[in-house]
Amino acid sequence: MATNTTLTKKDFKSDQDVRWCPGCGDYAILNCVQGVMAQLGVPRHQLCFVSGIGCSSRFPYYMNTYGFHTIHGRATAFATGIKAANPELSVWVVTGDGDGLSIGGNHMAHILRRNVDVKILLFNNEIYGLTKGQYSPTSPQGKKTKTSPMGSVDRPFDPVSFALGCGATFVARTIDTHQKHMEQVLLAAAAHKGCAFVEIYQNCVIFNDGAFETITEKTVREDHTVDLRPGEPLVFGKEHDKGIRIDSWEPRICAAGEAELWRADHPSPGAAFVMAQMDSHPELPRPIGIFRDVSVPTFDSGLHEQIRRARSARGPGSLEKLLHFGETWTVS
Amino acid sequence: MSQTHEPDVQPFESVVIRFAGDSGDGMQITGNQFTHTAAVIGNDLATFPDYPSEIRAPAGTRPGVSGFQVRFSSSDIHTPGDQPDVLVAMNPAALVVNLKDLRAGGIVVVNTGQFTDADLKKAALERNPLLDGSLKGYRVLEIDINKRVAEALASTGLSAKEVQRCKNFYTLGLMYWLYSRPLDTTLKWLEEKFAKRPELAEANKLAMQAGYNAGDIHEFFHGRYEVLPCKSLPKGTYRNVMGNDATAMGLVAGAQLAGLQIFLGSYPITPASGILEALAGYKEHGVLTFQAEDEIAAICSALGASYAGCLGITTTSGPGMALKTEALGLAVGTELPLVIVNVQRGGPSTGLPTKTEQADLLQALFGRNGEAPIPVLAASSPADAFECAVEACRIAVQYMTPVILLTDGSIANGAEPWRVPELSELTPFPAKFLERAPEGGFLPFSRNERLARPWARPGTPALEHRIGGIERANLTGHISYEPENHELMCKLRAQKVQGVRDSIPTPEVFGDERGELLVLGWGSTFGAIRSAVEELRKQGRAVSALHLRHIWPLPNGLDEIFANFRAVLVPEMNLGQLVRLLRSEYTQHNFLSYTKVQGQPFRTSELTRKILAILEQ
Repeated sequence: MATNTTLTKKDFKSDQDVRWCPGCGDYAILNCVQGVMAQLGVPRHQLCFVSGIGCSSRFPYYMNTYGFHTIHGRATAFATGIKAANPELSVWVVTGDGDGLSIGGNHMAHILRRNVDVKILLFNNEIYGLTKGQYSPTSPQGKKTKTSPMGSVDRPFDPVSFALGCGATFVARTIDTHQKHMEQVLLAAAAHKGCAFVEIYQNCVIFNDGAFETITEKTVREDHTVDLRPGEPLVFGKEHDKGIRIDSWEPRICAAGEAELWRADHPSPGAAFVMAQMDSHPELPRPIGIFRDVSVPTFDSGLHEQIRRARSARGPGSLEKLLHFGETWTVS
Repeated sequence: MSQTHEPDVQPFESVVIRFAGDSGDGMQITGNQFTHTAAVIGNDLATFPDYPSEIRAPAGTRPGVSGFQVRFSSSDIHTPGDQPDVLVAMNPAALVVNLKDLRAGGIVVVNTGQFTDADLKKAALERNPLLDGSLKGYRVLEIDINKRVAEALASTGLSAKEVQRCKNFYTLGLMYWLYSRPLDTTLKWLEEKFAKRPELAEANKLAMQAGYNAGDIHEFFHGRYEVLPCKSLPKGTYRNVMGNDATAMGLVAGAQLAGLQIFLGSYPITPASGILEALAGYKEHGVLTFQAEDEIAAICSALGASYAGCLGITTTSGPGMALKTEALGLAVGTELPLVIVNVQRGGPSTGLPTKTEQADLLQALFGRNGEAPIPVLAASSPADAFECAVEACRIAVQYMTPVILLTDGSIANGAEPWRVPELSELTPFPAKFLERAPEGGFLPFSRNERLARPWARPGTPALEHRIGGIERANLTGHISYEPENHELMCKLRAQKVQGVRDSIPTPEVFGDERGELLVLGWGSTFGAIRSAVEELRKQGRAVSALHLRHIWPLPNGLDEIFANFRAVLVPEMNLGQLVRLLRSEYTQHNFLSYTKVQGQPFRTSELTRKILAILEQ
């Protein structure tokens, strides 16, 4: 669906005032998404942003596209209906760690396993922001919040492992403050034909400020993260001198020259899971980038393909025939 | 086969047969086949399948009994009948559970092959009812069906287990003989059903033929009966239809009349699954069906599809309805068309999954947070579900609103002849999508003469807009927390739904417009009420009936109708829900409540007794 006019980032800004807290990571994500949309070549009227409830879920109001701000946790279910009704649309879900993994965890699992051709941006700030600071399903164990004054006893979800476990066909992670990386990841998600799951580390400046600082802060970022770039070695560090290799299913730091060549399209998600496990090893860099990108037929195309097949086998449905189906008799 | 007209064939106007056996005995199939044949003959008919929620409760026990009651008639009937004339009991449990319903002097066919001591024990019987006088006053026919079927199928080479599975067709053959029915409809069905297992088709045919021949050979009965075709039905082409199928066809018709593609988001639940199953088979009609991960995703996906320009539909039963509540509120707020079918069952919670009830009315009317009015309709019979489904689509599309259609378990699984409408009888109500911005700009929450807002599909250039669950500013639809705006929007939504009443007819009174008592029903109580009022009117009683299809908004003209009666009796299969609504809406009239919550429909006789008691006060 190419258009004649070239769109710019500005074209995707809606006329609504953005009302996130000053300093919120959401601004950076909105800015990046608007820029990415301008690069996609998809006209505004073919774009639809769908969200649930939470800070992140205000997102659609700020995009000058079609948008549906729905109910808590259910954006993925709405998006499934929208995409099924009109597969021509480019459908994007914006959700958070509470919306997408707590109240909406069930729907998240199912949209991923079905491979509905929808792009999902999960803003993970490891806290409930809109309800003013309660622990979320991604908050680390021991996290002290208003509802966990002695520290949370819950074990957290790792969104990436969750998505991989659901059979997601595209799984990636990026960082709100790393615009260039986010842009690349979002472009790759957009290019993926199928359900794309992108976890975005997002800083909640009010209720969980600095949650990812040790990983994302500019001076340490290159040493504390490793970018998973399909087709490239897993090299990291300011000096590009370190690498990651998988040794007996364990990720280990090695010299750059020995680094594993990263493949996101391997038939097995095994290596992606090994990468995801690095989250729980503070001595290892945090993996960001593209964990998985495999090609699988989409739910929406399968659904419409069955309609085409039924029509070619039985002809277009006739209401009259349907109503008279089976044996009939006449009263005269 | 040729219809024999022997001198001893006695005509009957109406007969009720109940087939009862273990839930694995195939009683539902047997009943459905008998029904189908009655339909093809041209009888009026009504059915009442009654089965346990366990797929296979322990064999031979009372909770495992599955029954199928069919009434077929040469005159116009409205119910499956209060009391069976014939009871077919495949085992002791089926006999004891159902015998109390049989009319005095009725026929009992008992399969004695299933009356061993062990069978009696499974049915918790200390004595054998065949020997202890329990069957006194009935015409009892004892046949060892197990043995007869084994003999008839001896040469088929099937295992003993497979042979015994054909028992139900033996009883079907016997009933076909007794009521002078042709076998060909069932023979054809067997061939289609077992196209891939012709040996099973053959075995069931043999069993049915053996049962049929047994009537001739053994002279069990004093003679045969017949029930002639019903000629008093309105002219037209008829077919037999079950409520869930009629609902599914009505939705397809409704979507076509609106010019929309159906998206059904649904989650399997008894007794509503049949609608999802039927619609899943209509792919050549462009029907998109989505078996969602849960009830919530089912309605949310449907509402998403409506936003994107489909006719979103979701089908469920009580507990599922409860789960859909929040999304219903969003449908009200975003003012998108959506059809929600609730096939009511016994509640609350899991309640009585396979039994019928009407206790979700107040839930449909009021069960949401905030001011969230939704039009509510109820089907009165399996065939009426077709028209109601079309009507639900019409209101949803014309008024940009969710609409709740209530049916119930007895409608869903019950069957009756349906006069198939000519396509020319169905009035189109084409949905109009906004295709370009009107002069002065596009306002997503502007309104037309019905107070409906424009429907602008994603994909339409220049109409990009955002909608959502936060209160929308009048006209623009932007987020608005303004106190006055919220009140205005609440009132506009309520007015819009109230306005639906200008598009619906005042229901017609059955009987005199003036009298002592008006019996007012909604939903599946229609048949029993109509039958009771017909009967009492024949006796000269000043009683009339009125039936509501539209429950919210209530149609115009009810006040004037009620004013012509001393009292209005409202029978309901709940503890008095419609009557509460009527008492609050029409404060000057005298409403009497008559309720039943047993998971069973009203019997005509219960209603006649109640009406007489009121009239004689």
